[in-house]
Amino acid sequence: MAIEVRIPTILRTHTDGQKVVTGEGKTIEELFADLEVNHPGIRERLVDDGGLRRFVNVYLNDEDVRFLEGIATPVKDGDSVTILPAVAGGMG
Amino acid sequence: MRFDSALASVGNTPLVLLPRLSPSETVRIWAKLEDRNPTGSVKDRPALYMIEQAEKDGRLTPGCTILEPTSGNTGISLAMAARLKGYRIICVMPENTSAERRQLLAMWGAEIISSPAAGGSNTAVRVARELAEEHPEWVMLYQYGNPDNAGAHYAGTGPEILADLPSVTHFVAGLGTTGTLMGVGRYLREHRPDVEIVAAEPRYDDLVYGLRNLDEGFVPELYDDAVLTGRYSVGSEDAVRRVRQLLDEEGIFAGVSTGAVLHAALGVGRRAVAAGETADIAFVVADGGWKYLSTGIYEAATTEEAVERLQGQLWA
Repeated sequence: MAIEVRIPTILRTHTDGQKVVTGEGKTIEELFADLEVNHPGIRERLVDDGGLRRFVNVYLNDEDVRFLEGIATPVKDGDSVTILPAVAGGMG
Repeated sequence: MRFDSALASVGNTPLVLLPRLSPSETVRIWAKLEDRNPTGSVKDRPALYMIEQAEKDGRLTPGCTILEPTSGNTGISLAMAARLKGYRIICVMPENTSAERRQLLAMWGAEIISSPAAGGSNTAVRVARELAEEHPEWVMLYQYGNPDNAGAHYAGTGPEILADLPSVTHFVAGLGTTGTLMGVGRYLREHRPDVEIVAAEPRYDDLVYGLRNLDEGFVPELYDDAVLTGRYSVGSEDAVRRVRQLLDEEGIFAGVSTGAVLHAALGVGRRAVAAGETADIAFVVADGGWKYLSTGIYEAATTEEAVERLQGQLWA
């Protein structure tokens, strides 16, 4: 088992067009470092100065990791991680 | 209840227990029925409040033109208030929003400028900003950054919930402009310091996100993450499943975004049950399902079929 990571369209240039990739790690930070091995360049699109980039939202099993422990949030096999661009919306 | 005009009847909406969907007798879920406002959505509150505050401080004067980026509900609320108060109104709206919303805007006399579907509300905001620069005499109330948007909920929605449910432990609402969560969240926390404020945001399919650049995202100026204790991303499937469940089990006919909010509220409830805690969870029904009937999600035979019909549409 591994951790499933959903990739937004804009980052699929790093994943050969794949919508979903898998990776490993004990935290989001380790997971992103692991993704970098197979998908070079992806990590710096997500992380900046040791934190998530401002307009990048990362969800662990649908919950925003900024309200968990940020990139230090623990992850485990079988988890699902979704990366999305920040958007406006919702009944505006 | 008696009021001096339709505008005066905004707010004071029912708070209704969901006896079947609540996980237990000690973990209860309550729906704040904002579809009971004059134009049928929660947006009547900020729209009216933003207009009245702008009138008070002289930004809005008789004969003015109001300009607003909106995916529908705020525009409808503003248009109704503008008609009664005698303002011209122009709404910038993504082209992939439902036909009913366009008809409602036209019905209330709003002029519509369509923005490209790609980029959704972000693009509508950008187009509106460009128009505002070309027409400095137009007044953009700008719901994403206007403190009076959150102010409407601090003054109205928050106190109403606390009065009806003094035992409130959680408040859940759609993220959107963040006005509801910021306003209600701040008010409730002042009176119930341990209250949890939880956001639900829609997760669309790729067609909607398109090629959005990660460096040019959009976070509403009103957003202060310190007010929230949690934030969930809810996909179309969960939103559609819950909105159908709300109809089937509780008899409440709500818009699709409410399904996403209910999904988050039920998740919060499940956690409370698992932790052996008691909880009173209030969530916002932002609007009724009327404006989304043409999507076909309500009468679709299965959730899968309903989700299929929603592909590529901005449902919140």
